[in-house]
Amino acid sequence: MTIKEIQEEIIDEFSMFDDWMQRYEYMIELGKSLPLIEEQYKTDDNLIKGCQSKVWVHAELDGDRLVFTADSDAIITKGIIAILVRAFSNQKPQDIIDADTGFIDEIGLKEHLSPTRANGLVSMIKQLKLYAVAYQTQLK
Amino acid sequence: MTEKNILIEKLDVNTIRKDFPILQREVNGQPLVYLDNAATSQTPQQVIDAIVDYYQNYNANIHRGVHTLSQEATDAYEAARQKIQKHFNIAYPYEVIFTSGTTDSINLVANGFTSFLKEGDEVLVSAMEHHSNIVPWQMLCERTGATLKVIPMNLEGELVMEGYYNLLSDKTKLVFCNHVSNALGTINPIKEIIDAAHKVGAAVLVDGAQAAAHIKADLQALDVDFYTVSAHKMCGPTGVGMLYGKEEWLKKLPPYQGGGEMIAEVTFEKTTYADLPHKFEAGTPNICGGIAFGAALDYMNSIGFDAIAQYEDELVEYATEQLLTIDGLKIYGTAAHKTSVISFNIEGIHPYDIGTIVDKLGIAVRTGHHCAQPIMDFYKIPGTVRASFSFYNNKEEVDKLVEAVKRARNMLQ
Repeated sequence: MTIKEIQEEIIDEFSMFDDWMQRYEYMIELGKSLPLIEEQYKTDDNLIKGCQSKVWVHAELDGDRLVFTADSDAIITKGIIAILVRAFSNQKPQDIIDADTGFIDEIGLKEHLSPTRANGLVSMIKQLKLYAVAYQTQLK
Repeated sequence: MTEKNILIEKLDVNTIRKDFPILQREVNGQPLVYLDNAATSQTPQQVIDAIVDYYQNYNANIHRGVHTLSQEATDAYEAARQKIQKHFNIAYPYEVIFTSGTTDSINLVANGFTSFLKEGDEVLVSAMEHHSNIVPWQMLCERTGATLKVIPMNLEGELVMEGYYNLLSDKTKLVFCNHVSNALGTINPIKEIIDAAHKVGAAVLVDGAQAAAHIKADLQALDVDFYTVSAHKMCGPTGVGMLYGKEEWLKKLPPYQGGGEMIAEVTFEKTTYADLPHKFEAGTPNICGGIAFGAALDYMNSIGFDAIAQYEDELVEYATEQLLTIDGLKIYGTAAHKTSVISFNIEGIHPYDIGTIVDKLGIAVRTGHHCAQPIMDFYKIPGTVRASFSFYNNKEEVDKLVEAVKRARNMLQ
């Protein structure tokens, strides 16, 4: 599936919920199914700056595709990074670089998009894209 | 009940709440429950009116103008200085320096002490300081070669006074301590700290930012050398605060910033500085902010600090009892003398998660390290959830907080 298709699937899933509580509960569930980062990659280098909770992200190439694994010590943050990993992992670096992130707004997480917000959703997206840029250069 | 308590007029919270327009609003479809008062307090209509009145009727630059508006603005600004002087029982109005807030006040003193310290001197700072009362002193020590030493604390969140006495010596030149800890709510024994420091000839700066909304400090009785306050923590606006300094210290300290207002005479060869307090008030100050600071003190004094303290103590006691009914909840900061702050975690749950869920329920609390990372390191936790109370909060709001934390726990476990 393309990034766009996955994002639409996520929007569909979230549209089933009537209120924020159900959305958050689902996000927490998604967090629990996150492909976990290996312990050896939970280093300060892999920490995303600008988050009140700790978020580690690791990226590696599988052929021409970039695979993300991640973890967080806060469960809601883990849910957010899980959604991002689902949308962007196993994709070509160039597609990750070009991807739109408007779906975050559509699934009712707009409040997390403020650049000053302590959970750093913006920092997370930026970090995933930075990885993509780095590996795109490597692929060339 | 002591005799004193009987004499205090009971605070009428329902009437008081009507003074704060912001308490009428909703957040995420729920009535706002504002429990982040330790970060900043809300502003009563009386203070908002003072701000509007200034800009509508007598906005002008002060001290220099001969025209009527300038004189009215100068009078109001200087009247605010006198209100602050009276409130904190300060000997002279010129010992009150207007600053942009506590951080600015501390930096002013830290910069001024650069020429007074040398290698081998020691500076003591308490283990429960806000970053703003750590970093400027670290920078001072880097500039001068003095050594920073830490007054230890115990698990209850109280300073270990024996440890303090052991650190004091004739090398000690300065001691810094907050009056009330912003992260734990502990009321520190500052009179004891000040007296002991003076015995070895050290000066003491007390950061009163967190205390000022709850305790009316008598600065002459405390005999403190410096005391700092931010107006926005006591119903005033942001961007204004005060530095109290004893006259002898303020005369010794060099000016902090150069500019207009702070000079007596300027030639290209030499400038002579203005007298106190203007020596430390370079440039056009936050005139409206200063006046509104005075209005905030008037407002709080009209309610009365004894009534405020009694009411808040009851409220915090009730909140503590209710929160402790939640399984796995642990309170950090259980000092015998504490005020207005409850810092807590629930076992196995990140404070950030709790903060996010309770915000969705309309409740404003703070999560994180509260600009006091050394305290979090001490307890080996990433942070806490902090509910901080003011005299305009009520028991219904405490109940909503407890209910929200219970819901968060159920969702997150």
